[in-house]
Amino acid sequence: MAKRDYSLLGPNARHAVETGLAAAEWYHTDIPRAQMKELMKRSDQPAIRDTILLFASMIGLAGIGIAFWSSWWSAPFWLAYGVLYGSAMDSRWHECSHGTAFKTRHYNDWLYQIASFCMVRNPVSWRWSHARHHTDTIIVGRDPEIVAMRPPALFRIAVNFLGIFDAYDGWKRMLYNASGRIHPEEADYIPEQEQPKVIRVARIWVAIYAATIALALAMGSILPLMVIGLPRLYGAWHHVLTGVMQHAGLADNVTDHRLNSRTVYINPVSRFIYWNMNYHVEHHMFPMVPYHRLPDLHAAIKHDLPAANTSMWQAYREILPILRRQLAYEDVFLKRDLPPTAKPYREDFHAAALGAAAE
Amino acid sequence: MPWIDACATDDIDEEDLIRFDHEDRTFAIYHSPDGDYFCTDGLCTHEHVHLEDGLVMEYEIECPKHNATFDYRTGEAKRAPACVNLNTYKTKVEGGRVLIEV
Ligand code: FES
Repeated sequence: MAKRDYSLLGPNARHAVETGLAAAEWYHTDIPRAQMKELMKRSDQPAIRDTILLFASMIGLAGIGIAFWSSWWSAPFWLAYGVLYGSAMDSRWHECSHGTAFKTRHYNDWLYQIASFCMVRNPVSWRWSHARHHTDTIIVGRDPEIVAMRPPALFRIAVNFLGIFDAYDGWKRMLYNASGRIHPEEADYIPEQEQPKVIRVARIWVAIYAATIALALAMGSILPLMVIGLPRLYGAWHHVLTGVMQHAGLADNVTDHRLNSRTVYINPVSRFIYWNMNYHVEHHMFPMVPYHRLPDLHAAIKHDLPAANTSMWQAYREILPILRRQLAYEDVFLKRDLPPTAKPYREDFHAAALGAAAE
Repeated sequence: MPWIDACATDDIDEEDLIRFDHEDRTFAIYHSPDGDYFCTDGLCTHEHVHLEDGLVMEYEIECPKHNATFDYRTGEAKRAPACVNLNTYKTKVEGGRVLIEV
């Protein structure tokens, strides 16, 4: 394949539309309707419990951080607070954008607004961008949320463990939108009638940041920014660590999530922070299943999926060598074997895209 | 407009839907929690994915692809990413059959 062009307005984008790769029919594991209905069922209780725990922890940790400020004793509390702000909010943003976290729509919407602010992702534009990520997962030129492009920008990914590029892009776009403009790429996936909302939210955020910065100047201290804004940087590492695993090193331009997404077993604390998105093949195949039922969905369909990675460590040992090889030859990727109980990959359908697998 | 025999009343569980194809069109037929039947176009107005695998919650249908929701009684789009309403069609029940007017 020629050099990949990830622009949403470029030649690969046009090619994906022309060849029917965009908005295609994706593979789904067969699952009886009654069982699926049971798995999709919504409930408020798990997310209310988790949200109370999340906000109580954030208030407690920031409170202790403030109390110990500016001694080094405050550092561990800020680090923990930062992970909840700059990483747990990523998964809350994600789940609430699907509207599946809570049964009550308002609860989803409230948490979605707060999480979007923390992650500096405009709640309107990113809802559309994430919809596109689900329609055209890892389709070059169509998916606006590809983390590990090919060849992989390893420096950018590494620096993003401190949120640098993501937050910078988010703040830059916030100011751009607050000035009353919509970026041409955003205009490609946000319907016109929704665009004024993008601008309104950006202006509210600018006001919040302005108030925080004014307070910091008045106090002559960065403390207010330790609570609002900076944790997007110093707490980002966990969501990048888990986010990179979702698709990196796997196939692009295919229509079977078993080829381009990864499920990884991770520890319970990370699962709380990540809200079970480590069951990523399952989430992409059935985005209507709430986060708290993903382990059950996994149990129901794992016979049809490549074996899950057994830990983050093991997943990265699989990913890093592939990314390194992609630096020299960007078509290389990992094609994992399916168990004998699975329906085979549709080779005929994917032959052109799959090209040379690494293994 | 003609009435078309679409399915038996007990083909659809309560608070659920089925797909019904007629000539070159496709519909979704719903059985509401209080026992009424409703009919809309089968394809979501966002990216034209069929609603048949979606989730019915009370009087709303959630699209299986990006979770847009519609009130299936009126077709109103209630949640992004759908902004355009679904077309709805009249239904009636006769002799244990659901008929739709299309
Ligand atoms: S296709 Fe229905 S919500 Fe996108």
